Amino acid sequence: MKRRDFLKSSSAAVASAAISMPAVFSPAKAQARNETLLIVSESGPNNLDIHGVGTNVPGYEVSWNTYDRLISHEMKTGPSGQPYYDKNKFKMELADDMNVGDMSVTFKLKKNATFQDGTPVTAKDVKWSLDRAVTVGGFPTFQMRAGSLTKAEQFVVVDDNTIRIDFLKKDRLTIPDLAVVVPAIYNSELVKKNVTEKDPWGLEYTKLNTVGSGAFKVTSWTAGSEVVLERNDDWKGGELPKIKRVIWRMVPSAGNRRALLERGDADISYELPNKDFVELKDAGKLNIISTPFSNGIQYLGMNVKNPPFDNPKVRQAVAYAVPYQKIMDAVLFGLGKPMFGDKNNTAEEAVWPQPHGYNADIEKAKALMVEAGYANGFDTTLSFDLGFATVNEPMAVLIQESLGQIGIRTTINKIPGANFRTELNKKVLPLYLNVFSGWLDYPEYFFIWCYHGNNSIFNTMSYQSKDMDALIDGAVTAAATGDQASYEKDVKGFVDLAFADLPRIPLYQPYSNVAMQKNVSGYAYWFHRRLDYRTFSKA
Amino acid sequence: MLSVILKRLLLAVPTLIGVVVVTFLLTRALPGDPAAYFAGPAATKQAIEQVRAQLGLDKPLPVQFVRYVNDLAHGDLGNSLTTGQPVLAELRSRLPASAELTLLGLILSMSIAIPLGILAATKPGSIVDHVCRIVTTAGVSLPVFFTGLILVYVFYYLLGWAPAPLGRLDVFFSAPRTVTGFYLIDSLLAGKFDLFRAALAQLVLPALTLAIFSLAPIARMTRASMLSVLASDFVRTARASGLTRYTVVITYAFRNAMLPVITTLGMVFSFLLGANVLVEKVFAWPGIGSYAVEALIASDFAPVQGFVLTMAVMYVILNLIIDLLYGVVDPRVRIDA
Repeated sequence: MKRRDFLKSSSAAVASAAISMPAVFSPAKAQARNETLLIVSESGPNNLDIHGVGTNVPGYEVSWNTYDRLISHEMKTGPSGQPYYDKNKFKMELADDMNVGDMSVTFKLKKNATFQDGTPVTAKDVKWSLDRAVTVGGFPTFQMRAGSLTKAEQFVVVDDNTIRIDFLKKDRLTIPDLAVVVPAIYNSELVKKNVTEKDPWGLEYTKLNTVGSGAFKVTSWTAGSEVVLERNDDWKGGELPKIKRVIWRMVPSAGNRRALLERGDADISYELPNKDFVELKDAGKLNIISTPFSNGIQYLGMNVKNPPFDNPKVRQAVAYAVPYQKIMDAVLFGLGKPMFGDKNNTAEEAVWPQPHGYNADIEKAKALMVEAGYANGFDTTLSFDLGFATVNEPMAVLIQESLGQIGIRTTINKIPGANFRTELNKKVLPLYLNVFSGWLDYPEYFFIWCYHGNNSIFNTMSYQSKDMDALIDGAVTAAATGDQASYEKDVKGFVDLAFADLPRIPLYQPYSNVAMQKNVSGYAYWFHRRLDYRTFSKA
Repeated sequence: MLSVILKRLLLAVPTLIGVVVVTFLLTRALPGDPAAYFAGPAATKQAIEQVRAQLGLDKPLPVQFVRYVNDLAHGDLGNSLTTGQPVLAELRSRLPASAELTLLGLILSMSIAIPLGILAATKPGSIVDHVCRIVTTAGVSLPVFFTGLILVYVFYYLLGWAPAPLGRLDVFFSAPRTVTGFYLIDSLLAGKFDLFRAALAQLVLPALTLAIFSLAPIARMTRASMLSVLASDFVRTARASGLTRYTVVITYAFRNAMLPVITTLGMVFSFLLGANVLVEKVFAWPGIGSYAVEALIASDFAPVQGFVLTMAVMYVILNLIIDLLYGVVDPRVRIDA
């Protein structure tokens, strides 16, 4: 019996000793807490450098906060009063002055700007960094190409302090493309010390080390569990941030992220299920800010190359069968901006995204099915990405049920995250749910990717229309030459055509949801939808 | 003894070769396309092909295999794409995290399950026996993520006794210098007692979750094994000779009943080590289970291969240790290769 007693009492002692530990912070730590921001999110970066091979989206957040670009955006007031980047107004970051000419733009650099190791930022570094972005391949190169920045010859060092960027052609997206996450400026001398023959751009080095002039530097990174960033006190790109230290922890369980917020242990979280956000908002203990994705839409796509969705009548029937309002209420809990229910299918304004005129109307849908020659309906599959199952799965079930009422019998096909893009790129899925959002917030940018006959991978429907191409190309040219009247005509034209031909059915603009403690302020919405630590402060 | 160990290790070599070949082929047979996944959402076909070439996945399978084996021979398990780190370094830092948690869970579980099993066996059909049955059945029927979330809800969210479920250490502590990789041991070696307490506090709930789950096999096996031993002739003789209850039950019966219990412990340990993914997810624990699952979801070949290989090696070593323990517990057991 003694042995058992011993085992019992010792294990009980261990448990009680640990559990009775107070979870309070000592005064010194409380002090540190005021200048420390604790962020919890589902996943973390896989690479600290956005130029890296396969850098994931959390990696963009690190790049954004640790590197400077030549220019950035001013802030304006967003839809619910939060600061929101102003796509039309630029602010200087590493540049001191921007001079846009007819076929080139010249930047003068801030004279006193230094990298985090103390070496001054020169035009040579800028050229090296931009050269790297356009030649390294993969995502950065393709993002640069979106702004007609494709060749190293375009970047010319005028003197130590001045860099000129030559345009290959007139393109309205060139300047905005210099303010996205990719054209970050790297400490070229430091990286060059760490290049190898196989790795001429030093990607292996920047994967693990941040070598920018940005407001924060990464002091420790444990992949999959934690990133710690410290403020760079010599930052010249803007006003010195109030937060000294950022601790970003990965907490995979959404329930625990919510518990951490409600207990006051975490300062900020995003990537919570919509239901949690609505409940947190109603509870009123936290600040919840929801912002529609800029230039982003969740849609129901159809493969228009193959029957039955090659028939526009069938596509319209589907559009009349989708239970839009149910999706808004039961799936999103209201956290989305409806893209349906306008009074007609004509664009009054040259803006995008804007709602279409379809509404749930089963009778009309049935009539269209008969007209299309599918009175008895047909069988098909409805696919979605399991990586976003909290939204996609209930939505797919609702759509399946409604389509059943007009005779379209669907089998739901759940595709794991790693596989979804592969399947989508084959362009054979007949019916699927997906999101597209563009960093650059211009209607023609969205349409080039999603509707143009050059068939980019985001034209997941394989949609081809000569009229559509002419309107999109017209808008691009008009924007470059500043011909406002024909630009507006073309934009309205392609929006109307997209609603009439309906290769994809826009459902809603998703919201980017961020929850934070009441004493945390300074959240700003950016096109990349990640956090900008520089503006945060803690009371 | 030494020759036995060597012989056993030699015999494990074909197993490991088999594991290397099979995991290589299986990971290639996964449906996902890592190049498309890692080229990012805005990548074109061309970009995907570029990424594929950078990853070396455009080469034919035999070439990839030779390269993989060659790297392996040089102790290089490749790089993980999801986390961007060398697989070897990640496994080295994550294995102790999982092992520390699993060991503590197992010790906790043993300290409850074995006494409970012995007690139940000495009085079959009694209240203790029924309690044992109910507790273990309940423990094993609750899914671990559920037990974990309930514990977090009660002890962290409602009562505030347990620290935030944020992994191995509270945010404001930094890890001790790595000696063994076990925070409990390393913090003591460094003489930092507050760190030891902090690490232990983080461990309590996840270890408890694992313990609740693994009570059943240990308690049931202890009970069954004890029952058969208690019914045997030598126990009857011992009782008849007037030995104390303690001597009969613990010294004579339990020692003889230990063999199957040890086998079960070995199985439970290796099972928990690989399968506590859900506990790791709930408690944001940086262990190898969640690492392997995340890699699998992203079709990230190198970590999956590294994980399976590590587990295979662990199984081989564990089985060896268990076999050696048999000899210690019961000298009649002959260890043959």
